Amino acid sequence: MTKMLQHSGYEEERLQRVAELLPCREVQAGMLLSLMGQPQQCSYPSIFIYGHRASGKSHVMQVLLKELELPHATVSCVECVSVALLFEQVLLSFFGCDAASLLPRSPSLSDFVRIYRQHCSQTPAKQTRYIVMEKAELLRDTDANLLPALLRLQELVDDNVTIILLSEIVWDKFRPNTGCFEPLLLHFPDYSKGELQQILSQDKHPSYSAEFYSSYINILLGVFYSVCRDLRELRHLAALNFSKFCEPLAEGKVKETDTHKLWRNIEPHLKKAMQTVYLREVSSLQWEQLQQMEERECGALRGLSAHTHVELPYYSKFLLIAAYLASYNPARTDKRFFLKTCFSYKINKFVVDSRVAPTASIFSQISSLVTLQLLTKVSHDDQLDAPKYKCAVSMDFICAISRTVNFEIIKYLYDFL
Amino acid sequence: MSKRKVKDDHLPVGECITQVQDILRERFCRQQLPDRLEGVEAQHKHLLELLKRTAVHGESNSVLIVGPRGAGKTMLLKCVLRDLLEEKEAQKNLLQVHLNGLLQTDDRIALKEITRQLHLENVVGDKVFGSFAENLAFLLEALKKGDRSSSRPVLFVLDEFDLFAHHKNQTLLYNLFDVSQSAQAPVAVVGITCRLDVLELLEKRVKSRFSHRQIHLLSNPTFPQYLERVRTQLSLPDRFPDQEFCQDWNDGVETLCEDKSVQDVLQKHFNSSKDFRSLHMLLMLCLSRVSVSRPAIRPADLLEASRLCFTDSKANMLHGLSILELCLIIAMKHLNDVYEGEPFNLQMVHNEFKKFLQRKSNSMYNFEQPVIMKAFEHLQQLELIRPVDSTAAKTQREYQLMRLMLDHSQIMEALQKYPQCPTDVKQWAMSAFG
Repeated sequence: MTKMLQHSGYEEERLQRVAELLPCREVQAGMLLSLMGQPQQCSYPSIFIYGHRASGKSHVMQVLLKELELPHATVSCVECVSVALLFEQVLLSFFGCDAASLLPRSPSLSDFVRIYRQHCSQTPAKQTRYIVMEKAELLRDTDANLLPALLRLQELVDDNVTIILLSEIVWDKFRPNTGCFEPLLLHFPDYSKGELQQILSQDKHPSYSAEFYSSYINILLGVFYSVCRDLRELRHLAALNFSKFCEPLAEGKVKETDTHKLWRNIEPHLKKAMQTVYLREVSSLQWEQLQQMEERECGALRGLSAHTHVELPYYSKFLLIAAYLASYNPARTDKRFFLKTCFSYKINKFVVDSRVAPTASIFSQISSLVTLQLLTKVSHDDQLDAPKYKCAVSMDFICAISRTVNFEIIKYLYDFL
Repeated sequence: MSKRKVKDDHLPVGECITQVQDILRERFCRQQLPDRLEGVEAQHKHLLELLKRTAVHGESNSVLIVGPRGAGKTMLLKCVLRDLLEEKEAQKNLLQVHLNGLLQTDDRIALKEITRQLHLENVVGDKVFGSFAENLAFLLEALKKGDRSSSRPVLFVLDEFDLFAHHKNQTLLYNLFDVSQSAQAPVAVVGITCRLDVLELLEKRVKSRFSHRQIHLLSNPTFPQYLERVRTQLSLPDRFPDQEFCQDWNDGVETLCEDKSVQDVLQKHFNSSKDFRSLHMLLMLCLSRVSVSRPAIRPADLLEASRLCFTDSKANMLHGLSILELCLIIAMKHLNDVYEGEPFNLQMVHNEFKKFLQRKSNSMYNFEQPVIMKAFEHLQQLELIRPVDSTAAKTQREYQLMRLMLDHSQIMEALQKYPQCPTDVKQWAMSAFG
């Protein structure tokens, strides 16, 4: 089934191994190989590969460059907070550490090109050198001259070097104002459902049969495919939930072929996973621990967003409710609601028993609410004596809080009269 | 594969193909200089004469080569330099300094580069200069030969000239043009830029020292000339080792250019851009399909290469979205249609989506709000939607206003190609009332 990759410049066994390591990506690998040509031939100065996350862009590049033993430098733009790191990495990979040490303290592009030229005149490239830059969309945020210069690097250093940019953003959003050298655009299409099934089934567990595992993958895809097609996420979910899937089998209640019973067992579990692990509300560790416990014991699984309102002190909760009312009720209606029990001062109106005095500790709680991002500051930074705030929580959240302090907020909201 | 060394010098097919790839790759990727440049003879003559006057007769000059990207400005200059250096005197005397606006982003860096390229680092040593002008004058003075009273002619080539105009006070430009106007030393300043309005960028004092000489590369070939260009670019030179193969290949290229479907494709490319660079990209994609099993370029190769060049990237990305994300995009499209492009937020999109769900009886897409939020954030990460203003901290994420960066027709086209798109989703997209 795997089509053979063929190219005259490379050995057949190596290409065979490459094809085995890249399931469902033979077409793209073949295209790349034909563009790269034979190692000693020159290639197009820059190639831009775009596609969704986990569509295999980095994987294909790494496998090709490593298995075929081509000189390359892989740089992730996330790691290169300064260009010096990028230059160092490239010089190190191609010419060794003495070249990298020649770079001055805050090197400019000019220094990099000069050192590169110096060294490549001493050691000219017998094979095409490749510089692979992952997450290339971050290059747009660096100096304006870096991206256009990198695209033309072959011309600037007069060497057989090709830059390959990998990104999930399309090229139209990269183009600088006055234009630049246009790279060759290559698209890595997303995996189809069948291809996802094929790739995910390769992770099969040794003690179970392949058909059993692929029926599990089938069920998993049935639940998650309409929401998420990211291979990495699906693999993670598959790994986490497999033990639960095998549970009835391990307990001896069902056989391997009883797909309906297995489905009935796993489906509510997967639906719960979508609301928690998929959204990163709970960590994978917590999820696995949950699966160990009996169903009766576990109770409600508390996600990350559930934790915030349980731990606020008493007065902070009232401050938050007051802030919500002050933010969302129009000003003139306040008198109607709060004739007897209101304090009014510049910051916001406090709606509680008149026994509560505006002390400094109350004000400090306001700033801690801002840190928790439950309130946001809307006034300018230099207005120290009259800061204005706005409540930044949703209706459900504030209803939950007011329930914990036995305060019926609905009665006080203008929109609900 | 036996290498038959026959008297008419045949090479095995694999070897021929490798040679073809070598030659054509040099041409398309490394911008190898052709023997003769076509379509720019007048400009070539003009520039050559100008530089000859500097190199041989010691006259100072300045000129700007202006043309859109990929028009062949750098290639023109390189050809002129190659022809110029055929003259003995020019070769003996002329010094060249090549600066690039992308690399030398500062006048200080530029000056260091000039010093380096003139091989005067030792002469300068640790000297400290009061100003840029002093430094430059010192360098030019140091170039004076022993017996001659004037220094050697220097050619300054400034690539991406418009970027030098953004340096502080335009010191480098001012001083270079100043030297070219005064009788200090024979200097030729050649600027290469893609901006037609480059003179507007120069300060008054810099502009007045510039000779206002511009060479424009605004070639406007007709379609037959374009076809001829394609043919010459693909043809092998006469010095190819296997004559029979070379003849077959060139004949194949001729038939290719006469094919009707190929001409249609090339017409499409000609209509979108006439410069060399996009042509080279197209031909490179064709060339990559040539191999031992397919030793010639066929019309199908050109059609496929053209399809790759004209593909819509955003439509490709839409193809890979999940059904939920696609439904959100359709909801945004409906909002755009109803509210004529006003920005929206997640809550509005969710409400629109819920209207669709209410009409169908089954609850297959009834997802929770956080799951929808995650899908929305994924779209934002792909930059298919963008926030209206960048101050993201003030409002909650669900209420931040966004705009859709896709066109109505792009979405409809993507829906047609979407794999296994449910019919009710398609119908929802095509209905006029959301």
